[in-house]
Amino acid sequence: MADGKVVRVSGPVVAALGLERAKMFDVVRVGEQGLVGEVIRLQGGTATLQIYEDTTGLRPGDKVVNTGQALSVELGPGLLTSIYDGIQRPLNVLKEQSGDFISRGLVIPALDEKREWEFKPIKKNGDKVVQGEIIGEVQETPLVSHKIMVPPGMEGTLKDVKAGSYNIRERVATVKTLEGDVPVFLATKWRVKTPRPIAKKLAPDTPLLTGQRVFDTFFPVAKGGTAAIPGPFGSGKTVSQQQLAKWSDSKIIVYVGCGERGNEMTEVLATFPELEDPRSKRPLMERTILVANTSNMPVAAREASIYTGITIAEYYRDMGYDVALMADSTSRWAEALREISGRLEEMPGEEGYPAYLGRRLAEFYERAGKSVALGPEGRVGSVTVVGAVSPPGGDFSEPVSQNTLRVTRVFWALDASLAARRHFPSINWLNSYSLYSEDLRSWYQSNVAKEWPDLRAEALEILQKEAELQDIVQLVGYDALPESEKGVMDVAKMIREDYLQQSAYDPVDTYASIGKQYLMLKTILTFGRREAESLKTGAQASQVAAMPVKSKISKVKWTPEDQVTSMVKEIEGDMDAQFGSLAQEVRA
Amino acid sequence: MVQPVSYKTVDQVAGPLIFVSKVENAAYGEMVEITNAMGERIRGQVLDTRAGLSVVQVFGATMGLNVGDTSVRFLGETARIAVSDEMLGRVFDGLGNPRDGGPALVSKEKVEIVGSGINPYSREEPSEFIQTGISSIDGMNTLVRGQKLPIFSAAGLPHNLLAAQIARQAKVLGSSESFSVVFAAMGITSEEANFFIRQFEETGALERTALFLNLSSDPSMERILTPRLALTTAEFLAYEREMHVLVILTDMTNYCEALREISAARDEVPGRRGYPGYTYTDLATIYERAGKIKGRKGSITQLPILTMPADDKTHPIPDLTGYITEGQVYVSRELERTGIYPPIDVLESLSRLMNQGIGQGRTREDHRGLADQLYASYAQGKDMRALSAIVGEEALSESDRKFLKVADRFEKMFVRQGASEDRSIEQTLNIGWEVIDPLSDSEIKRIKPELIEKYRRRSKAK
Repeated sequence: MADGKVVRVSGPVVAALGLERAKMFDVVRVGEQGLVGEVIRLQGGTATLQIYEDTTGLRPGDKVVNTGQALSVELGPGLLTSIYDGIQRPLNVLKEQSGDFISRGLVIPALDEKREWEFKPIKKNGDKVVQGEIIGEVQETPLVSHKIMVPPGMEGTLKDVKAGSYNIRERVATVKTLEGDVPVFLATKWRVKTPRPIAKKLAPDTPLLTGQRVFDTFFPVAKGGTAAIPGPFGSGKTVSQQQLAKWSDSKIIVYVGCGERGNEMTEVLATFPELEDPRSKRPLMERTILVANTSNMPVAAREASIYTGITIAEYYRDMGYDVALMADSTSRWAEALREISGRLEEMPGEEGYPAYLGRRLAEFYERAGKSVALGPEGRVGSVTVVGAVSPPGGDFSEPVSQNTLRVTRVFWALDASLAARRHFPSINWLNSYSLYSEDLRSWYQSNVAKEWPDLRAEALEILQKEAELQDIVQLVGYDALPESEKGVMDVAKMIREDYLQQSAYDPVDTYASIGKQYLMLKTILTFGRREAESLKTGAQASQVAAMPVKSKISKVKWTPEDQVTSMVKEIEGDMDAQFGSLAQEVRA
Repeated sequence: MVQPVSYKTVDQVAGPLIFVSKVENAAYGEMVEITNAMGERIRGQVLDTRAGLSVVQVFGATMGLNVGDTSVRFLGETARIAVSDEMLGRVFDGLGNPRDGGPALVSKEKVEIVGSGINPYSREEPSEFIQTGISSIDGMNTLVRGQKLPIFSAAGLPHNLLAAQIARQAKVLGSSESFSVVFAAMGITSEEANFFIRQFEETGALERTALFLNLSSDPSMERILTPRLALTTAEFLAYEREMHVLVILTDMTNYCEALREISAARDEVPGRRGYPGYTYTDLATIYERAGKIKGRKGSITQLPILTMPADDKTHPIPDLTGYITEGQVYVSRELERTGIYPPIDVLESLSRLMNQGIGQGRTREDHRGLADQLYASYAQGKDMRALSAIVGEEALSESDRKFLKVADRFEKMFVRQGASEDRSIEQTLNIGWEVIDPLSDSEIKRIKPELIEKYRRRSKAK
């Protein structure tokens, strides 16, 4: 393919002549350093390129080489435990090659080409295979078995299959197709902007359990669902997302730091490898992939990072795994779109964002879902997408938030005023919602408790009632309320402080199993009901408030999982005794 | 390297930009030297380059430039600064030339001022507590080495006094090294600049300070380079000379305005409030140059100051800054009016790296809980204050009145301190316990019982 030459440089946007054969989204290498870029517009003989690296020093006349390939990610064993930049270059290898500061024009294979993997075939020579069918597997990490699948669009008879040690560049089998023999390797490439094909999409019916009470109890997201966390800065968004990454019950975690702070990304990079998977007691990294594009890395790579992440997520979904993808933050991604659109001198839509912002966001979230993979096995996997949105000044009416809300089904409203009060996770229980709660109802009933949906509804109602009463309290003060309403206020406060508030930094409180959540919620609501009864029979709210059992209830959250049941039993006994003696007192 | 070439083909001068035609292959970001008809020289930088035309941004007044006689020399290199140990104790202008009458720097080492990003993999997590001696920062929004913590202020508030106090008092516990300071002024008045110089002089800190001053009377375009020169110097001192550097950048609002000026001159599509769409990315390349690197001794801690137009924190400058920096220190007009110095509103402030820097072995084991308790009680007390303004204090319940009292005590005892009062972290935390003294143990919900037992009793016994 003919080389082109640079005719204009303006920031990350470069115009080039002489790339006659170039197609949209072809990857190009520009200048002496070979900066990585992509074709984003073709007009007559001029190709417009966006460059994923800093363009300082590039000049008209510099050479442009077209690779003829669209931006792709390499998918194969070795992805797990990796930490990539926005265009899938491993950061640790970048460090080895260029030192502490990222230099430009480095091309590094995404997967270790030398490492050997033990390939165990499942199919044998002569078997008929179709696209998506698993022909063998590789134990990628002690936690995850990596399935080697027939690439999409291929069908035929298997030959040359042999167990043994292979690196990702060695052929492990051959598929004899109508068009001839096609080799199968442990790794394949896939274009990031094309969703990987599936057989069928399924309706979400299982919750993604996170161990975070406010999410699991009140605003659950389904496996394969989409959620948005919008929040003004300083409202605890990053911590909430990291908690999800650490504790959610998905097999694979893909964490995309898009335009993140360097120091925070470092915190992720430092804490993840030390985290233990609560179920297997193995390092959490063994089922995690991090894509890190900090805010000072080139803007075009920031745009790519989201696609890199979701493509990797889809790949593991196709193996039949539940994958959770966290993207923090999609606003930074949208701003990258805006910045590039501005450089292209496109006609801006709302607030300078390109007119295609809504479409691009919808396309991204649509890649989430629970689905049946290609292949005869009918493997079911899911990609759950949790996208953070950071609206400027916390103003939800701006285009990125609005377009995100149109396509996501769970909304976790982070609230800066709660954060200021140190109510964490600072999810506003009045403004948040989950459109999955009906879909998940039967799961909760058969896996937690029959009464679960009712408990949840009761708790939400109390909180709603509190918000109404709060308005009155603002005017007349708490003491002017009737006793029964004081009781509601008190229980609501217990729900807020003893249930909703959860410390990410406390070794016990950081995770609550759904069983513990059930016992906690039941205990608080039982207390509430008993309080309401005793207030009806003449007790004062202040008498109930002084009960020692209240402070015991507030300690359940700090109680380790194996002691919760006995603790709750004890509390029930205390409640019996203390409400009993209160009743006596009132009668006397 | 490409040899310098001169052109006399300026065919348009527009605001801070000149358009030079017939230039075949200027590099993006290349530095130029412009000589006007009177023989005066100014520097500029290529912003847009295509075969036959270069758009150059001029770091200086465009007065005296014309279409016929102006000569533009393309220097064949991108912006660089000579760095050396001698920079400490010196005062430079916004382009890095000596401003103190001293000799020019002799150094072979010239460094590109547009730094490459630090590989997140090479970064070290900041975790060393910096004691600023200011309770509302140390106790509530702890600063750590390698952090970037801006001061969100507004016109007429004492942010300079605060920044100077931090620069003077900042130290790391158990370490005798003091911070070197790199100070970059963008568009501040000479009075403000003199205030800082005097402050540094009086405490003998000037010898470990390098100042880059672009004053309000200096060309606004220089402001694009000033913070980058300062940070390049800071990186040299931190990573080559193993110093701990505190970088003060003031006022970032002026920097952003310079950015907007160029963008407007280039007829770019404006983003919010006319600031260009790439403001976030541009600011990130400045703020992200704070940090620590594994295996290197030094560190860069940034303290940018910005004044919020009309006290509006949703304005794009504070807003975008807040998304990049690790928190903010919020200077409040309301507190300032009640006569409290430093008027830091802790509810609006935040330090995202606080947890890494506090706790047992760093500050004290009760720090996290106590800070949370103070936050919560103060927030509640402020609500009560608003309520009592409507219903009167008498109508509040006994418990509510306690929180009201705690809020007052918090502002008067904890937040308020002298402009040269240097409190140790022990003192700060003990004052914190004193503040919540009116509360009963059961009202102290954020602190674990054993810690209440230990520290509350101890401070009471005293």
